[in-house]
Amino acid sequence: MTRRNTLAWFALKQEIEDFLYMEADLLDQRMFREWLDLLAEDLVYFMPIRRNVKFGQHAEKENTRQGEGISWFDEDKWTLGKRVEQILTGVHYAEEPLSRVTHMVSNVRLLEVSPSPEDATGVVVGSRFLVYQNRVEYETNIFVGRRIDTLRRNGDSWLIARRELILEQNVLLAKNLSILF
Amino acid sequence: MTTILPIDQMIDTAKGTISRDIFVSPEFHREELEKLFTRAWLFVGHESQIPNPGDFFVSRMGEESVILCRDTKGSVHVFLNSCRHRGMKVCRYESGNTSLFVCPYHSWSYTTDGKLQGVPLYRVLYEGQLDRSEWSLIETPKLHLYKGTVWASWDPEAPDFMTYLGEAVDHLDQVLDCRDGRPGGSEVIGIHKWILPTNWKFAAENFLGDTYHNPSHRSVDMIGIGPSARAGQTGRRDNEYNKGQHVWVSYPQGHGVHSVWMPEEFDYQAGYQQYPIVDEYFRHCFQERKKRLGDKARIMPFTGNLFPNTSYHGRQPRGLCVWHPHSPTETEAWRFFLVDADAPAEVKDVLRRFYMRYSGPAGMTEQDDMENWLYATKASTGTIARRYPFNYQQSMGAYKHNDPIPGDVSVQITEQNARNYYDVYARYLKGDGWESLLGRGEAARQAAE
Ligand code: FES
Ligand SMILES: [Fe+2]
Repeated sequence: MTRRNTLAWFALKQEIEDFLYMEADLLDQRMFREWLDLLAEDLVYFMPIRRNVKFGQHAEKENTRQGEGISWFDEDKWTLGKRVEQILTGVHYAEEPLSRVTHMVSNVRLLEVSPSPEDATGVVVGSRFLVYQNRVEYETNIFVGRRIDTLRRNGDSWLIARRELILEQNVLLAKNLSILF
Repeated sequence: MTTILPIDQMIDTAKGTISRDIFVSPEFHREELEKLFTRAWLFVGHESQIPNPGDFFVSRMGEESVILCRDTKGSVHVFLNSCRHRGMKVCRYESGNTSLFVCPYHSWSYTTDGKLQGVPLYRVLYEGQLDRSEWSLIETPKLHLYKGTVWASWDPEAPDFMTYLGEAVDHLDQVLDCRDGRPGGSEVIGIHKWILPTNWKFAAENFLGDTYHNPSHRSVDMIGIGPSARAGQTGRRDNEYNKGQHVWVSYPQGHGVHSVWMPEEFDYQAGYQQYPIVDEYFRHCFQERKKRLGDKARIMPFTGNLFPNTSYHGRQPRGLCVWHPHSPTETEAWRFFLVDADAPAEVKDVLRRFYMRYSGPAGMTEQDDMENWLYATKASTGTIARRYPFNYQQSMGAYKHNDPIPGDVSVQITEQNARNYYDVYARYLKGDGWESLLGRGEAARQAAE
């Protein structure tokens, strides 16, 4: 069990938080290509569809599963690269004109650290997201949920190897998921 | 059941104009719910969602929640999801298996064939008053199972589903049948549900045969997101229709499809580049389908809309989409994604990934449709805007009857499917009888002249 009251632990947590805020800022600043550079080549990007299920069946049935059936997102870096390319065509009307977006990231917790806080090369980090989207004039969406990221050390920064986005909605209340999370 | 709305002025398909009011006004919304959604056959779900006795799937018909259920003896039912006592939703899970629907409010309970079974304190409070046999869940009087799909109508006088579907069946079959031509055999691998701030008819009309909106998908066509996009191919799907003649076909019941009529001799067009197993699978299916279907194999489906609100994509991607009105300017969309149940795992995986990047709110293609429908609806609500009708004059009169396939067939991009759709729509709103709604009545004959 890793001790959580050491300086190394806090330093790592701070480093990871900084990374997540920097990453969010790239998206909000519309630096999409730079954002793509933070994704590992074998990235898994997954947002399940949530379902209303009977008490006791949540673990088994509440969320659609990665690798089977239909989710909101179950894709890889290539597909996200296509999403970025599409925005950059300037004729992707769902994002033309571009939406105004702010990603809030909070409740950051290191869930797994390997091999140790002193020389971490892999981290699983839990957080909450609140993403505000406003487009054209009046169209506004707020997406709130949990996020579990697997990060891999890349020199003095990190790469996102896996991102799981648990959106707190059943019927999607927005017409589109045309922004990046 | 006559209407106070001046429908013939508002829907003038001979002139090619349709009032914006039918897309934005609360009056039309109410009339649609009362006169159209209570009568037309509506898509409810798929048998693959309720394979076992006691299985249920909560769906919608228009504005209302319904339960699609296979009773414990194996028969399929569709019930209004509302308790007979005070209306509480008796089922708020999306799917599952049960022997009883127990109302959360006062605990009346209903068996899976809809019968009211349990009434707490019945002896003391209701004996001699409440006849349980008269208070079953409200069930659709008409139900039809077709190649796995489940359809229902609230109108006891509605014609049987196959009559209602008419000759559009040849195109729906290409969606529902196995890729190798065996009848039926599809399964639902997932569902999207989302809210779009638009009138539901924008979506229906889009699938009905609005091929003219192709330029709005320029971004995906430029970058390439199709099944062969990883091999560098642009466009949003493989070109399976190489030498085919695109056809836009409308039917007297209001359905409209966009399909491709292949020449007598046509070969498999390689697709799914970088997925040799998938390409091989579709090549095999293609040959088998030709052998099995003969001349009918020449019909390759693109998109279509079965009157009033069930749309489909036939091949790439493949699925059914239902547009449920919430209000004049808000729609709840449900998309059911289909694959052949017995397709190999690798094929299903490549397809589902393609479906997700193409379709629905996270789909790179359809996001642009949604943007258009939203702002077209919004910009049509104004007082001045509503004084000016929409233009539906594209390819007026440019169609032939039953040539080369059954229906009114256009070989150029056309709004004929839409004109026909709104003619039928107008007849529902005028409260016409079924003869007219099926396109056999006096009104229909006159309109055709
Ligand atoms: S509302 Fe269902 S039991 Fe009263
Ligand atoms: Fe479209």
